[in-house]
Amino acid sequence: MQKTLKKYFPIFVLPTLVAFAFAFILPFVMGVYLSFCKFKTITNAQFVGLENYVKIFADRDFLNAFWFTIRFSVLSILTINIFAFMLALALTRKIKGTNLFRTVFFMPNLIGGIVLGYIWQQMLNAVLMKYETTLVANATYGFWGLVILMNWQMIGYMMIIYIAGLQNVPTDLLEAAQIDGATGWQALTRVKIPLVMPSITICLFLTVSNSFKLFDQNLALTAGAPGKRTAMLALDIYNTFYGRMGYEGVGQAKALLFFIVVAAIALTQLAVTRRKEVET
Amino acid sequence: MKRKTAWNGIIFFVLCILVVVFLAPILFVFMNSFKGRLYISNAPFALPTEKTFAGLTNYINGVEKTNFFSAFGWSAFITVFSVLAILLFTSMAAYYLTRVNNRFTSGLYYMFVFSMIVPFQMVMFTMSKLANICRLNNPPGMVLLYLGFGAGLAVFMFCGFIKSIPLEIEEAAMIDGCNPLQTFFRVVVPILKPTAITVAILNAMWIWNDYLLPYLVIGLSTPYKTIPVAVQYLIGSYGAKDMGAMMALLVMSVVPIIVFYLVCQKYIIEGVVAGAVKG
Repeated sequence: MQKTLKKYFPIFVLPTLVAFAFAFILPFVMGVYLSFCKFKTITNAQFVGLENYVKIFADRDFLNAFWFTIRFSVLSILTINIFAFMLALALTRKIKGTNLFRTVFFMPNLIGGIVLGYIWQQMLNAVLMKYETTLVANATYGFWGLVILMNWQMIGYMMIIYIAGLQNVPTDLLEAAQIDGATGWQALTRVKIPLVMPSITICLFLTVSNSFKLFDQNLALTAGAPGKRTAMLALDIYNTFYGRMGYEGVGQAKALLFFIVVAAIALTQLAVTRRKEVET
Repeated sequence: MKRKTAWNGIIFFVLCILVVVFLAPILFVFMNSFKGRLYISNAPFALPTEKTFAGLTNYINGVEKTNFFSAFGWSAFITVFSVLAILLFTSMAAYYLTRVNNRFTSGLYYMFVFSMIVPFQMVMFTMSKLANICRLNNPPGMVLLYLGFGAGLAVFMFCGFIKSIPLEIEEAAMIDGCNPLQTFFRVVVPILKPTAITVAILNAMWIWNDYLLPYLVIGLSTPYKTIPVAVQYLIGSYGAKDMGAMMALLVMSVVPIIVFYLVCQKYIIEGVVAGAVKG
C-alpha cells in the first residue's frame, strides 16, 4: 500500500507543503539569519554578527517590556486558573441554570483581541472618568486593565476544560472517600485535584503561552501608553520592527530571543506538570 | 443534605452576579451605541433618554466610515476558504505522513509540530515581506498563508486520529480496486469527521479574529480590510472623534460572533475541549 501511495506525493502533500514553506519554513530560516544582519528590506542584508543582540540588552524598552510581561503573566495565570477552577466546581454541582451560566462565561473567549481590547478600553475609561483620569494616565491602570481583560476572556475557556476534567472523576471514588469520612475539602484536595492534573497541565500551558504572547489586546487597550511603559514583549518587538528606522535587525534578534524564551517556558512547564499526573 | 442545598443557593446567587459582571462590558457598549455621540462621554453609564437617543445614526456612520459590509464580506471570504483549504489539504497531507513511513515524512511531521511553538513575531517581518514580493497581498494569497500557518496544528491533530484507524479497512478498499485517492475520500474522510469539526472550529475562530496577519500582508490602504483591521483603522486613528460610530462598530463586530456561538454552541464547546486536550 505504501508503494502506491508514495507516487501520490504531489497530490497529497505538495499543496500544504508549498503553503507551509511560504508561511513558515522560509520566513523562519530567513529570520534566524537576519537576526545577525543589518537590513532595511529582506534583500539587502549585511552580516553584523552579534551586534543586534548586544543592542537588545542596552534597550530599556525591551527590559521594561520583559519585566511587565513576566509580572502580567504570573498574575493572570494564577487568577485565571483559580477562578476558572472555582467556577468549574460550582458548575459541576448540578445547580439549575448550569447550561446558561456555562454559555455566558465562555462567550468572551470567542471575541477577537482587538474588538475586546477596545470594548474594555471604553468601559474602563468610563469608570476612571469618575476619578478624572484615564487608562493611559498611569502604567498601573494599564497593567490592571490588562489583567482584568485577560481574566474576562480566558476564565470561561479554562473553566470548560476543568469541567471536562471534573466530569471524568469516577463517582465511586468520591463516594468511597465520603464513606471513609472525608470532608468536602479533603475530597477536593486528595481526590479531585490529583485526578484532574491532566486538565491543570493543559490549562497552565494555554494560559502561559497566551499571556506571554499577548499582542492584540495590548495594542487595543493601551498601545503601550503612557510612553512605552505598558508594552509587552510582542508589542515591543512590533514597535522595534515598524517604529524605528534601521532597527529591523534588532527587532528580528528580539523575536528570536522571544521564541527561545517562549519555547523554553512551555517545554519546562509541560515536563514539570506531566510528572505530577497520576494514572487512572 | 440540607447544608448542601443552602450552599447551592448561595452559589447560585453568586453565579447570577457573575453573569451580570461578564455581560456588563457588552451591554455597556450596546447601550452607548444608541446615544448621540456627544452624550456618551458625559454620562456613560446612563441609559439613553429621549434627549440622548440617537436611533441608528451611529450605526450608519460606523458602516460608512469603515465600509463595514465590505470588511464583513472579506472576513467571511478569507475565513471560509482558509478553513476549507486547511480541512482538505492538511488532512490529505496528514494521511500521507502517517501511512508512508520514511525519514522524510517523519522529518516533515516534526517540522509541523515545531511550527506550533514558534511565536508569530519570529516570522512576521520576513513573512510579510516575502508575501509582498510573491504578490500574496490579496485575499487568495491570504488563504494560502493561512493554510501554511494553520498546517501545524491541523496536521498534528489529523495525524493523531489517523494513527488510530486500523489499516485493514484501507487495505480491503485497495484490494477492491480503489486507488489511494478513492481510499482516502471514500473510506478515511467519513471516519475523520469529528476531528475535522474540531479543526474547522479552532481555525475559524482564529482566522475570523486575527488582526496582525491581514494587517501586515494586506495593509490599511487596500479595499480588502477584514473586520479587525477595519476596527483598528477607525478607532486606532480616528476613533476619539466619533465615539458613537466606534460603539456601533464594536457592537456590529460582536453580534455575528455571538449569533454564531448561540447557534453552534455544542460543537464549539466540544471542539475547543477536544482541541485543547489533543493540542
